[in-house]
Amino acid sequence: MVVTTHRPLPKELSDIQQEMEQHALDYGLDFFKTIFEVLDYEELSMFAAYGGFPIRYPHWRFGAQYDELMKGYSYGLQKIYEMVINTDPCYAYLLSANDITDQKLVIAHVYGHCDFFKNNAWFSHTNRKMLDQMANHATRVNRHIDEQGYEKVETFIDTCLSLESLIDPYAPHIRRTQKSESKADTQRRRAEDAESTGGRFPAKNYMDRYINPEDALEEEASQKRQKAMELSDQLKFPKERVRDVLFFLLQYAPLEDWQRDVLTIIRDEAYYFAPQGQTKIMNEGWASFWHSTIMTRHGLTDEGLINYADHHSGTMATSPNRLNPYKLGIELLKDIEERWNKGQFGPEYDNCTDMYEREHWDKDLGLGREKIFEVRRIHNDITFIDTFLTPEFCYKNRMFSFGFNDSNKTYEIQSREFQQIKQQLLSSLSNHGRPVIYVQDANYKNRGELYLEHEYLGIELKLDYAQDTLANLHSIWKRPVNIETVVDDRPTILNYDGKKHSTNSKEKQ
Amino acid sequence: MVRRIDRDQQRFDKIIKGKVRQQLRKYINHGEMLGRKGRETVSIPVPNIEIPHFQHGEKGSGGVGQGEGEVGQPVGRGKSEGDGQGQAGNERGQHIREVEMSLEELADMLGEALELPRIEPKGDDALTSQKDRYTSIRPTGPDSLRHFKRTYKRALRRMIASNNYDPRDPTIVPTRDDERFRSWKTVNEPHTNAAVIYMMDVSGSMTDVQKEIVRTEAFWIDTWLKRQYDGIERRYVVHDAVAHEVDEDTFYRVRESGGTRISSAYRAADYIIKRDFPPALWNIYCFQFSDGDNWGEDNTECIESLKQNLFPVCNLFCYGQVRSPYGSGDFIKELRKVEEEFDNLILSEIEDKEGIYGSIKTFLGTGK
Repeated sequence: MVVTTHRPLPKELSDIQQEMEQHALDYGLDFFKTIFEVLDYEELSMFAAYGGFPIRYPHWRFGAQYDELMKGYSYGLQKIYEMVINTDPCYAYLLSANDITDQKLVIAHVYGHCDFFKNNAWFSHTNRKMLDQMANHATRVNRHIDEQGYEKVETFIDTCLSLESLIDPYAPHIRRTQKSESKADTQRRRAEDAESTGGRFPAKNYMDRYINPEDALEEEASQKRQKAMELSDQLKFPKERVRDVLFFLLQYAPLEDWQRDVLTIIRDEAYYFAPQGQTKIMNEGWASFWHSTIMTRHGLTDEGLINYADHHSGTMATSPNRLNPYKLGIELLKDIEERWNKGQFGPEYDNCTDMYEREHWDKDLGLGREKIFEVRRIHNDITFIDTFLTPEFCYKNRMFSFGFNDSNKTYEIQSREFQQIKQQLLSSLSNHGRPVIYVQDANYKNRGELYLEHEYLGIELKLDYAQDTLANLHSIWKRPVNIETVVDDRPTILNYDGKKHSTNSKEKQ
Repeated sequence: MVRRIDRDQQRFDKIIKGKVRQQLRKYINHGEMLGRKGRETVSIPVPNIEIPHFQHGEKGSGGVGQGEGEVGQPVGRGKSEGDGQGQAGNERGQHIREVEMSLEELADMLGEALELPRIEPKGDDALTSQKDRYTSIRPTGPDSLRHFKRTYKRALRRMIASNNYDPRDPTIVPTRDDERFRSWKTVNEPHTNAAVIYMMDVSGSMTDVQKEIVRTEAFWIDTWLKRQYDGIERRYVVHDAVAHEVDEDTFYRVRESGGTRISSAYRAADYIIKRDFPPALWNIYCFQFSDGDNWGEDNTECIESLKQNLFPVCNLFCYGQVRSPYGSGDFIKELRKVEEEFDNLILSEIEDKEGIYGSIKTFLGTGK
């Protein structure tokens, strides 16, 4: 299988690569074998459009992405310097137009990513042979295209992609015990129910009240009612709400075989990419931490300094309305390293209220390096922020939280209070900034309607998108679909019955 | 070799053009293409086609940023754009995509959407002209036709193959064998001449909105006719109480005011036809646009002029009356009286911008 363009690295670059690799190893980074290749911008954009993979199934959105990358580059709006994919061995692509300082920086940066891929717990369940898997997916989709026709498959892929974020990103790491009653159990129980008499024994009229006493009958009836209720409760389907909507659809939606296969592919790929979304800040921060460490201590030449500074500061640039994951990540890691070097942690430090003392706290423990390696191993962005963001850090980095002001349709600075900043940051990171959605009921109104629930955490759904997505969901479920959410501060159920959309406030139901 | 991405990109392109097709009416009615004339291709803004997801809207949303500023200070309207420099992010900005299309493609779309028949030209079918088309490549030819790129590529390929290529000194010397030349084929093409005369009322009662409607419609008519005829000649007349022949640019830009005397435009058209376009050889089209607010006594003269000079020689005489906020606009009533007699007279009333699309169909739907 052709995975790479098989261009050996020019001597100049392979020397740099070896040098950078050695530095990375000396600092204790630990990575899969990493294969570098140099691409021109067109090729790099092509790889980037395919998420780093040379072979993906055919779909227009890759073309759209490519078009956007190429246009952005030609208008001077953006530039990709490098691309690295989480596989074993790791493949990394360098832009041929990078000057030599850029290449050094980028190579050092790549080793940071490779170390992170290999060691971070959230990547531990990803398929390191994803190159093969992606190519395999392409083959399967192409086969379906041959059999079903291009547009039919493409339209179905559009539908699946519309739902691709409805997975359970924690699923690979935990086993959700969900023992469902087996079919045999259900049948046995139904048989028992059928056998039971109406509770009343056959009796002559005048004997009836002795053989079938009222109160005993009453009690039996009430027990029965209760049992029926329990039963109906058990028959509620699914018994517990399901976070992995895609898996639920795979199991229960009336799909044709080829459709099931396509949906499986989309879901597999969504799971593969999920950890990258969960660790964006950490991963970029870690890679930036190492490129800056290696470059400033070993890689820089006099003539490269300006270039390095320019590139590095460009990567670290902040803007008021968008958090730069590179910047936040590297600064937090540096902060952790410093705090653990100085011993600014633990109950004693936490309980210290003397500001002066806190600021000059230095127990000279030198635990920083060890600590950040531990952090990169076990945390994802949410636990990272939750554990290590401090008021001092927020203040030093001039952080603030902003929110949407519905009255003038503008985002405004809301607070510079630590708790609020942290709260806002965590909430915008949760579920990779996407709404959390569950399957609540697959037999809603006892009519086989699908009922989803949006776990409302203060941010409303984008309504037109939600309706379009519901329509796509309907084309898979083939019965009316509903989602419970909040619209204009009121609990609301959006419904699509296959022909029209309706919006009902929940109280009316 | 066709790259995977090319196929995906072509598919994307097709989808986008499908969107343009769907929204053609909107593009036409709102004159989005105007001002982009003069080039072979136009850029049309199309909304980014997106795959819908359950995603957060703006209400209740927010984030964390860095920098100076007081509480309450705005940090940006709506979702933010990319951060300029740095690596490609995984968050998408809100881009408006532009699709490049040739005017021919648009004309074809228009024709398809309006179900316009192809125009059957009058004139001598036997009249053909010969045309040279440079469509192929051959290994011999004059230096002036040398295909540099092909020649260079062959030379490069040869040097690499023979291991003479040194990337540090990338000098390529083509030999005789490497050279490639453009070559032509002579094709016979039916020769059809078409002349279009656009007349626009620019008197005081025509507001800017009306003039824009006229210009938009004229632009599309022009695009369509250009697609139908190889060599199309165009003349432009603007008039208030007197008519002037103007160039295309002026026609699309001029602002005038004054009274209205439509007959002056007809005289000018007649003069142009007699001067430039002998009717036996030319397919002649007249498009006249006005708010119909003519100086009363002039109407008789107009009809007379039409009957005498223009109807007999035109494939089509189209009159579009744009509804004006001022004036009575009853010139169209005068024409209605003679509409029956002349089947090359087409009338259309254009209420507002939304009417442009239908009006084009009225004018061009006859296939003449």
